[in-house]
Amino acid sequence: MADLMTATHEAAHGADHGAVQGAMAAPYAGAGSPYRWGMSVDLDRCTGCGACVVACHAENNLPIAGPIDTDEGRSVDWMRVERYWEGHYPEVTAHFVPVMCQHCTNAPCEPVCPVFATYHTPEGLNGMVYNRCIGTQYCQNNDPYNVRFFNWFEAALNFVEPLANQLNPDVTVRSRGVMEKCTFCVHRIREAAADAKAEERLLEDGEITTACAQSCSANVITFGNLLDPHSKVSTAIASARRFRLLEALGTEPVVYYLKGGQA
Amino acid sequence: MKLHPPLVHGDDKINRDILRPLFETSWRWWALFGLCLTGFGAGFVTWMWMLGAGMWVTGLHRPVMWGVFIANFVFWVGLSHSGTLISAILRLAKADWRRPITRAAEAMTVFTVLMAAQFPLIHLGRTWFFYYIIPYVNQREMWGNFRSPLAWDLMAILTYLSGSLIYLYLPTVPDFAIARDYATTPVRKKLFTMLALGWRGTRKEWHRMNLAILMLAVLVLPVAVSVHTIVSWDFAMALAPQWHTTIFGPYFVLGAIYSGMALVVTLTVLIRWAFKWEDYITPFHLDKLSKIMLVAAILWTYLWCGDYLITWYGRLPEEKVILDIKNGGAYFWHQLTMMLANTIVAIPMLAFKKVRTSPWALLFLTVFINVGMWLERYLIAVPTLVQKGPAYTWTTYSPTWVELMMSIYPFAGFVMLYVLFVKMAPFISIWEIREDRVAEAYKTMGQAKLRAIVAE
Repeated sequence: MADLMTATHEAAHGADHGAVQGAMAAPYAGAGSPYRWGMSVDLDRCTGCGACVVACHAENNLPIAGPIDTDEGRSVDWMRVERYWEGHYPEVTAHFVPVMCQHCTNAPCEPVCPVFATYHTPEGLNGMVYNRCIGTQYCQNNDPYNVRFFNWFEAALNFVEPLANQLNPDVTVRSRGVMEKCTFCVHRIREAAADAKAEERLLEDGEITTACAQSCSANVITFGNLLDPHSKVSTAIASARRFRLLEALGTEPVVYYLKGGQA
Repeated sequence: MKLHPPLVHGDDKINRDILRPLFETSWRWWALFGLCLTGFGAGFVTWMWMLGAGMWVTGLHRPVMWGVFIANFVFWVGLSHSGTLISAILRLAKADWRRPITRAAEAMTVFTVLMAAQFPLIHLGRTWFFYYIIPYVNQREMWGNFRSPLAWDLMAILTYLSGSLIYLYLPTVPDFAIARDYATTPVRKKLFTMLALGWRGTRKEWHRMNLAILMLAVLVLPVAVSVHTIVSWDFAMALAPQWHTTIFGPYFVLGAIYSGMALVVTLTVLIRWAFKWEDYITPFHLDKLSKIMLVAAILWTYLWCGDYLITWYGRLPEEKVILDIKNGGAYFWHQLTMMLANTIVAIPMLAFKKVRTSPWALLFLTVFINVGMWLERYLIAVPTLVQKGPAYTWTTYSPTWVELMMSIYPFAGFVMLYVLFVKMAPFISIWEIREDRVAEAYKTMGQAKLRAIVAE
């Protein structure tokens, strides 16, 4: 375990980029797992096509919101592509930032929940237990990234026939009144991890990926184990281009963004 | 059951004056009660409907998850503050002028906390599972999260509610005994006999009760201060711009005392007028209350400016965008009205003795102050949330009629409980007034004229 940590640290700092500060996979209390899931998002590659958003909706049984509900801010998009414009017409550049739950190591949403509906798993995921949630909505207030979503409507209203036929059986359909958010496709992780355990081995890099990463045609998103120094994600974020959203808040997200020209 | 003729003890006129509202009910009482019951009932039906329909009927949406409901919660907890707090401080300070005020103020605390305590439930997504927060051994094998300010809230408010309830009830026991002795119908006789707990007014009973009141007053003070500090931590513990500040604890407590004092004055003026108790509540009392209010106004303004100045001077980008919408954006009128009500109009007006002793000027002023204080709570909760986090998710917020109904609900509910209480207990503490009259009396001893009782 300690070797893995050191190796990961070296992967981050071994290369010649002294400007990058901070450990890659900050150890946190309760860790004891060989996995520390993380993600890299290469903004220089993103075309803003939105395939990740669609994939996330299909994979995770996200409620369908029409134009009115979306306009009222009641849509549920665990994954969104933020679009920012730079310059004036005709010299306009669009910048795309895919944003999902950052699975912060020091997640601000976790301590404020009075019923432990959101908590940190040993694998570094920011877990969400729908059954425990009573809907205080405090987590969303304390979430600097605005990536938590409240279920305003009954599930039966969200999935009218024939939409109900496309529901993913591996993912809970959330009831009205609870919060939800990106899980890093935890059902995929659990399934693969269970198989690997039965075969008495650890998960290999690339064995699992999230729906958004899978669907991205430009290879923007890389998902994997941060504790494995040779994993694709560890290699990707060992780059001087890396940064994290609102890093000054000290939330220690495990989603790393890459930006700044050629890698 | 045969009733004895009323026992006359002590000053019969005081007893009858103050007990009159208990035994005589005018059509005005029924009209007011009916109005409040309608408002309360309409609010309650709206709440139940919202439970069935879902939270989409409110104006809330991501990322504005706390809106009018939470502003109402903070406002009503704030109002509750001055009752018990002021009564306890004045009792401990042996301020004799408190006597006609304390009962009304203590009752105000209990009923405002009852209203405030409903709002955390109203705004829950799944209200029917609210008991998940309560720490008790359960089959879910889960405790509440003691790190969450909401868990602290629950404990603080329940402690404050039970403390205030005892603090209201205990000093009322001797008055219930007087009401029992004056009661003319069997139902009232039975009710007040029960409430009086067999009070006979022996020396031992008085001694024990005075000791108990003293102890309660000492115990309830830190609870009162902590409750609103904890409510402020709902915001201050969060990592949101303009919420995450250390000044919120004292600032909220001061704001609570300020708005609570304003409501005490409003109620005192109205009670004095409604029951024609000009002999008992005089401009002298209003003057004293207003002076406390003036001090609270000045201190509140000082803390508000302290908070504002540092945000403005610091110019953190995420805080500045929120400051900007308060200074010149969507919340400009809210902030201006708040400053007018709480500082610009209130402080100069309260500085004049003429205003401090004039019931109708005070009535206008105190209602205006509480409008300002409600806006203050709204300004704390909402602007931060509409422009928090990535600019891509910024939004606006406007409450719907559901939130409006749920704002009328606590007002109607509070006044309803208050007018019901008029029928349940003497609104001015009879025994305390009589104690004062005795203490103020002079006795002739030989050639000397001395105070009957010399306070230590």
